[in-house]
Amino acid sequence: MRPVYMVSGGVSKFAKARPDATFQKIVKESFDYAMNDVPKLKHSMIDGSVVSYFSDHFTRQLMAGIMATDYLGLCPKPNKRIEGGGATGGLCFQAGWEAVASGRMNVCAAFGFETMSHVPTWKGNEFIALASDVNFDYPVGGFYSGYYAMMVNRHMHEFGTTVEQLAMVSVKNHMNAYGNPYAQKRRKLTIADVRNSAMVAYPLTLLDICVMSDGAATCILADEETAFKLTDHPVRITGVGTGTDMMRMSDRPHGEVLLAPNEKKSDYRNLKYPGVHSFRAGRSAGLQAYRMAGITDPLKQLDFVELHDAYTSSEIQTYEDLALCKYGDGGKFVEAGYPFMPQIDYGMKLPKKGTLPVNPSGGLIACGHPVGATGLMQAVFAFWQIQGSIKKHYGSPELQLKKANRGLIHSHAGTGTYVTVSIMERGW
Amino acid sequence: MAKKNPVERPAASSKFEEMMTGTTVFNVPLPADLKTLKGMSPIVIKQPYNIDYIHSYGQDSPFFAGLSNKKLLGTKCRKCDYTWATPRLACTQCGGETDWVELPQTGRVHTFTTCYFGGEEFLKETPFHLVLVEFDGVDTLFLSRLLGPEQPEDIKIGMKVKAKFRRNSQLKPTDVYFVPAE
Repeated sequence: MRPVYMVSGGVSKFAKARPDATFQKIVKESFDYAMNDVPKLKHSMIDGSVVSYFSDHFTRQLMAGIMATDYLGLCPKPNKRIEGGGATGGLCFQAGWEAVASGRMNVCAAFGFETMSHVPTWKGNEFIALASDVNFDYPVGGFYSGYYAMMVNRHMHEFGTTVEQLAMVSVKNHMNAYGNPYAQKRRKLTIADVRNSAMVAYPLTLLDICVMSDGAATCILADEETAFKLTDHPVRITGVGTGTDMMRMSDRPHGEVLLAPNEKKSDYRNLKYPGVHSFRAGRSAGLQAYRMAGITDPLKQLDFVELHDAYTSSEIQTYEDLALCKYGDGGKFVEAGYPFMPQIDYGMKLPKKGTLPVNPSGGLIACGHPVGATGLMQAVFAFWQIQGSIKKHYGSPELQLKKANRGLIHSHAGTGTYVTVSIMERGW
Repeated sequence: MAKKNPVERPAASSKFEEMMTGTTVFNVPLPADLKTLKGMSPIVIKQPYNIDYIHSYGQDSPFFAGLSNKKLLGTKCRKCDYTWATPRLACTQCGGETDWVELPQTGRVHTFTTCYFGGEEFLKETPFHLVLVEFDGVDTLFLSRLLGPEQPEDIKIGMKVKAKFRRNSQLKPTDVYFVPAE
């Protein structure tokens, strides 16, 4: 396998609705952004592309992928559509990595989109719930917020996680997004605001849950030689991992923990795993990526994480899957302040503030979750963070981390059905 | 001191609900100057999409036949004895073939939630409780509705529940639901 670098990225502004543009034009906005950011890259140098969008129901257009691709002028070169629920964008990023790592392409464009405003919110929730078993799960009252609420109630039962700890994730991510002009929701909140917003699925409130978005994102990936010709600051992808689990969460086993290098069997004597409180796919993806990147102590060896916080609860569950803390300690991890940004005032006492910032961009909760774009959006925000170019792209250096040499991006589908983890590092 | 309402009553809404109904339009104006067209507002239309599928439950059909006869059926692996509360004819633990078995009709709440919103199809049924039920001697869980408790605070993990069946089967997994057993 050849080393693979990200040389450029671009996003559209994430918005509740973009009636002014079709999906092709929104993709083009993110693609042009990426192309303009690396002027040495000529359109003719792109060998092919991969495209991702989640739902044919939202677009009501089959083969929308090729329509985005032809709009970008990338025909007759290779292209394929990648789809895997909420992890669609992360899978697309890794498909682009595969195209370059294998030697099939020297330069690959990976782009994704979703236009969720084309149906009312509750119809959109129905579409998303069709990504659960339509024989046994969906007809019972299919609603993803309900599924995640069941998982967090079990997490709270097993480990003592509290709703205030969940709310802290929402405060953090909304506050971070305040400095990100591409984010959909930029709000300064308190724990009380989160708890007092409308109850959606007990105990998750409206502000514990990400929103539907229209948006697109593009990543340009290249082999080593091409990467350094194009930019002095390429970001190397040093690890990739992809995990899976059974579609029906009722079918998940109650067995033994998949141990991370910094854990031992005796840490989890009475824990039945993954049950419905943990994501085995996330742990599996993380361990693969860590092995490839040579990471044995992620809390120390990572500088930041962009993870799939579709729910505040899933961010806490994911700290544990990624072995940033032990299983069961996710609530305490956020309460102590580990995942907060060091330079931002959240109006809370956080003794460990800034140890390992998680979702410096604002995450899905605040940026929005245009599904097919989301995993790529995370890669773009991580790329800028590692390049040290946050000021250039956000218009303010507020969200730039001082040390951002190595980041992790995490994309997640279903009730933890597909999960991708990719490690990105300063390449120069 | 704030005045108290003499009777509880809903507050008047401060904004209109977004509707999917509107006016039928057969023409829109077009500016004469083509240079202005890129600044034109988008045209947004309603596009209906309705389908009736011919959906087969295939090898899982006996589960639904069981519900309509007030039986809860799962499957058990011939090779490793793993027992599935939600049936599958191939055991994903060992790859073995499974056989149909009858499940107990009492179990415990493994976890729960109360949905105050939902997908459009279920919005009119909110609020409702979802539960994952665990059964003695069964390795996996079963997703169902819980009826009876009024509030989520009235539901406890570990509480005993029993199955009840609709009198007129709809051949859907909601032909069975659970209620508190005590």
